[in-house]
Amino acid sequence: MVETYQRRSALAHLGLVARAAGSSRERAGIIMSEVPHRTIVNIRGMASDPAFSSAVQTATGLPLPEAANAVSSAGVWQILWLGPNEWWITGPDGEADSLIEALRANFAGQHAAACDVSESRAIIRLKGPKARDVLMRGVSLDLHPRAFRVGQCAQTGLSRANALLHLVDDAPTFEIYVLKSFSDYLWRWLETVARDFGLAVEA
Amino acid sequence: MLLIPCPFCGKRDEHEFTYAREAHIARPTNGEQMSDAEWAQYLFMRKNPKGVHYERWMHAKGCRRYFNVARDTVTHEIYAVYEMGQPAPAIERENGR
Amino acid sequence: MSQVNRLPHGGRIDRSKPLRFVFDGRAYDGYQGDTLASALLANGIVLVGRSFKYHRPRGILSAGAEEPNALIQLGQGARSEPNIRATQIELYDGLIAESQNRWPSLTTDFGAVNSLFHRVFPSGFYYKTFMWPKSFWMKYEHFIRRMAGLGKCPTEPDPDRYDKLHAHADALIVGAGPAGLAAALAAGRAGARVILVDEQQEMGGSLLSDRHAAIDGKPGAQWVADALAELRSMPEVTLLPRTVAFAYYDHNLVSLMERVTDHLSPTSPEALSQPRQRLWRVRAKDVILATGAIERPMVYADNDRPGCMLASAAQTYVNRYGAAPGKRAVIMANNDSAYQVALDLVDAGVSVAAIVDVRESADGELAAAARARGIDILVNHAIVSVAGKLAVREVEVRRMAGDGKSVTSDGRTISCDMVLSSGGWQPSVHLFSQSRGKLTWNQDILAFVPDRLLPGQNNHSVGAARGVFSLSGCLVDGHAAGTAAATAAGYTQSAGNTPVANAQPAHGPMRALWLVSSTAPLGHKAKHFIDYQNDVTAADVALAHREGYRSVEHLKRYTTMGMATDQGKTSNVNALAMMADLRGISVPEVGTTTFRPPYTPVTIGAFSGIDKGDFLDPIRKTPLHSWHEQHGAPFETVGQWHRAWYYPKPGETMHDAVNREVKAVRTSVGIVDASTLGKIDIQGPDAAWFLNMVYTNAWTKLEPGRCRYGLMLGEDGMVMDDGVTSRITENHFHMTTTTGGAARVMAWLEDWLQCEWPDKKVYLTSVTEQWAVLGISGPMARKLLSEVAPDMALDDQSFPHLSFRDGVVAGVKCRVYRITFTGEATYEINMAPSYAMHVWRALMQAGEKYGITPYGTEAMHVLRAEKGFIIVGQETDGTTTPQDLGMDWIVSKQKPDFLGKRSLQRADTKRPDRKHLVGLLTEDPNEVLPEGAQIVAELKDKPPMEMVGHVTSSYYSPNCGRSIAMALVRNGRNRMGETLHLPYEGKVVKAKVTEPKFYDPEGARING
Repeated sequence: MVETYQRRSALAHLGLVARAAGSSRERAGIIMSEVPHRTIVNIRGMASDPAFSSAVQTATGLPLPEAANAVSSAGVWQILWLGPNEWWITGPDGEADSLIEALRANFAGQHAAACDVSESRAIIRLKGPKARDVLMRGVSLDLHPRAFRVGQCAQTGLSRANALLHLVDDAPTFEIYVLKSFSDYLWRWLETVARDFGLAVEA
Repeated sequence: MLLIPCPFCGKRDEHEFTYAREAHIARPTNGEQMSDAEWAQYLFMRKNPKGVHYERWMHAKGCRRYFNVARDTVTHEIYAVYEMGQPAPAIERENGR
Repeated sequence: MSQVNRLPHGGRIDRSKPLRFVFDGRAYDGYQGDTLASALLANGIVLVGRSFKYHRPRGILSAGAEEPNALIQLGQGARSEPNIRATQIELYDGLIAESQNRWPSLTTDFGAVNSLFHRVFPSGFYYKTFMWPKSFWMKYEHFIRRMAGLGKCPTEPDPDRYDKLHAHADALIVGAGPAGLAAALAAGRAGARVILVDEQQEMGGSLLSDRHAAIDGKPGAQWVADALAELRSMPEVTLLPRTVAFAYYDHNLVSLMERVTDHLSPTSPEALSQPRQRLWRVRAKDVILATGAIERPMVYADNDRPGCMLASAAQTYVNRYGAAPGKRAVIMANNDSAYQVALDLVDAGVSVAAIVDVRESADGELAAAARARGIDILVNHAIVSVAGKLAVREVEVRRMAGDGKSVTSDGRTISCDMVLSSGGWQPSVHLFSQSRGKLTWNQDILAFVPDRLLPGQNNHSVGAARGVFSLSGCLVDGHAAGTAAATAAGYTQSAGNTPVANAQPAHGPMRALWLVSSTAPLGHKAKHFIDYQNDVTAADVALAHREGYRSVEHLKRYTTMGMATDQGKTSNVNALAMMADLRGISVPEVGTTTFRPPYTPVTIGAFSGIDKGDFLDPIRKTPLHSWHEQHGAPFETVGQWHRAWYYPKPGETMHDAVNREVKAVRTSVGIVDASTLGKIDIQGPDAAWFLNMVYTNAWTKLEPGRCRYGLMLGEDGMVMDDGVTSRITENHFHMTTTTGGAARVMAWLEDWLQCEWPDKKVYLTSVTEQWAVLGISGPMARKLLSEVAPDMALDDQSFPHLSFRDGVVAGVKCRVYRITFTGEATYEINMAPSYAMHVWRALMQAGEKYGITPYGTEAMHVLRAEKGFIIVGQETDGTTTPQDLGMDWIVSKQKPDFLGKRSLQRADTKRPDRKHLVGLLTEDPNEVLPEGAQIVAELKDKPPMEMVGHVTSSYYSPNCGRSIAMALVRNGRNRMGETLHLPYEGKVVKAKVTEPKFYDPEGARING
């Protein structure tokens, strides 16, 4: 295998590490960063089938979230609800192959599928008291803390890209999953909006 | 812009959806036995009513599920959304609408 | 002399903050808190513009958004903006404004000659005159456009920036007068999320101009201040002054335009540090429309002289701005509200020469008060003429005859410098009407009021917006609506008590008098304006009636009434009512007015926000984008993707570069970034069955590890996409689609699975971006790959054409497909995008000795065209069958069913003389046909000639040493060898019909 320095994250060309070094976070209303690599495994199956949910739970140690836009998480692992028969299991980089192997073993005899999509998405983290103000410029979802709560996720349109938003904490911190091909556009768009609210970049 | 209640994700703006087509048009399984005229009926002819229309939408920016909508083509009132495979609900409308 | 008509005290202006501004090149003074209109009036300026059609001198009619006359060119250079209402321009220091539609100056205007020839400019004039002869319209148009202009459009790019956002509310309250404030307080106290907007700089609405109102024991203005302070303390309440709700769309979506810095000098640091305007798109559970009412002018002779004004506007200028619109007023009214205006004017030291009341008597409380103040009240009288061309000088009043349709000879002249009129109040139903609510006519207040709401919308009109004009009525209405909105949204906290107003004088009945007669017949001597902005007069309405344009829709289009930028805010009802009188029917029988967005004009900048330039449409980039950029590649746009087009070396033209790239692939090895190909992961026990249904060929027997080309048809039998699909394991496939078709194909496949075949066990996942794809193609491709993937067996036995293998390439885990789009031995190396740059560089380095040549989409197209491989969307256009393409071989005759199969049997699809895909070789080998060029079989001297097809693809092929083209030609397969003609660009090119294969037709090169 090649050295990791030969691996490039989706936004590597923006030189964010160097920019972060020169970026003051003191009065920033928004802190933006890229989460470079993360395991994302797309799973499909019938939520109503206890065999499926237990197969997922056995492989991940996490309950399958059945409510719309719900996330179940434990430590660095989480399961994000995408639809009535679709979820993402996300976790540390490099775990996709073994996780899929475990899932497929548990899925034996069921109508279920697992598919590695880790490399298809870039993840932009948007953090700070003005994060909602930035997102309101591009999202028609109601992001009021009572309407979109910590620990929820939603797939929606963000400006002119499609994205999955996950509200991680009440800083608030949003993790935005976007197709890598749109990530350069989306980063620059978010950054342009965020400048009115005091922007800092974090490595 | 309509506010469409996705049966899975909840109410979302119309721009998250794509309109699919008129609902409840089953694909004939005996196409080979059908006349050209009969096949054209399935392929091309649509109701296009003024009033309640049963139609498919897909939540393209969300869960990507197809579902059915009973929508008034005059008022855009959405009477019902229901999952694929469910029968079209009868919609009783008030007089004068 | 400065501010001659500024009252010595009073008003809400800040006299400690003087401001200087320029109007038509002259400097004037005003105060913080002034509008341009109030400042001009304070300076004694009553002439502010020329009218649209007749170039009549015009003054300021109103004090608000309804202003039809005082349209101003504001600012200079790139920031110059036409047609802004002076009544809504907040004064700032250094403001520069100009009047419009006059030349050479406001007082001497050559265009006013139109007015002398008014007989030749009747309604429908343009339609009648300039449509004949038809071909002359182009000549007239230039002249007409110059004469009938409003302001001037700036020609430079807009230097300002704009903002837009989405918002949500339990209650969106439009209008912050007494009703709106009461609603906001109730909803806010209950805990609801409230957005309160008002188009003015200061919230308070009518209370800001009302010196007598008191609420909860406090003067009106104090109650407003306290209410706003309380609302500001509520975290869930957003107050948006300077914000107009301009559009009401489906399902309670309302668009607002916030003027963030328009009240500041545009070059001040405060203005430059913020967006100029902000567009809000608010999805509200309930919308409370507290939009108030607009006073109607009366329609009397020469009612457009500068100095003619709405009565309530004069009251606002005096009470709110401390600016008198003149020294001596004559007031004409059909209702009691104008009496309060008279009292306020007198209190402020402005003289009121007379109140001309068109009613037969005036006995109300307010009339009594006016009499007590010594104001001359002339009942059953009318103003029959207004003298003074550039400013009102005097009026003539006459006693009316019994029916109100004519006047007696009994009368006199009264000198004055302003004529204030009040024809009653029309509730501002614009947003309700935009929400597609139905209006009904209320004969008591002679106005349209909201009636039935469109299902699916949820709004409540309150106060004056629904014809409730009393202060206590407004407060009760607002409080109830605010409480109800909060309750409906599930909030249970107390909404507090209904604010209580002091006693207000009662108003007596109105008189419906839609046209005030003058001494001469209508249309002679004087003009009775109805629509000031579009110069529509009562005589025009009468003409429309005579000529049969009698319904509201015909009336509008014939006279252009209500079609100016003010959308007839002050004129629609007057015109409708006059038509009703002429027809002898009721107003609603003529029709109601329908309002459409925007309520007032909105800048295009606000709609775009930051989404312009690069942000207009996202650019999708592959993981190798920066490499292509660094190597000078221009990009071709494919959908939203940017794909490297070609890689010019220094001094090379595009033609040179493409030829070099194409030749390199045929002679050595080329490398291409094919990452944009659509990819779909297909899993499940019914996956092979599914592929059999969506492709025309058979898939069941494809072995794991093997790939197959597939053609996808719509249910109409027309080609919709193509690509190579591979079997990973028994129940697991990997499909590729065209770059542009990826999303469409995914939706198409999901549609069939979810809607038609829900019982089939197949799951699809888009993996387009999970895999980056680098294609290496050419006779040296295998050798190159063997060097960077030493552990992979690449011989034709171990790794034949149309198969894939997993392996390690340049140290990276890859899946390599052996498929070709060039006809050469090709390996499509798939890997994680994060490693794509590494693998690309490793291949470039290892390939250097073979002269590895990166090639772009243009060379790729030439290479595939040489082989006659189609591109869906180029060789097909949605009316093309596999047979049309000569691809019968891929359509299974054995499969019982697949999408599109039945349609291929339709009579029209089976026709033998459909357009077929053929090759075209031009007589001159250097002539490259333009794509899209039309083809004719029989050449004639001049058109029309029968066209038999068009060129779909055309290139210069360096490997063939000549131009090559593909075309769809009617009955083409039966025309082999025939010469066809392509007339274009003033010449005719001859081309011979051939098979659409130009290079290596036997496919010998596929194994390198």
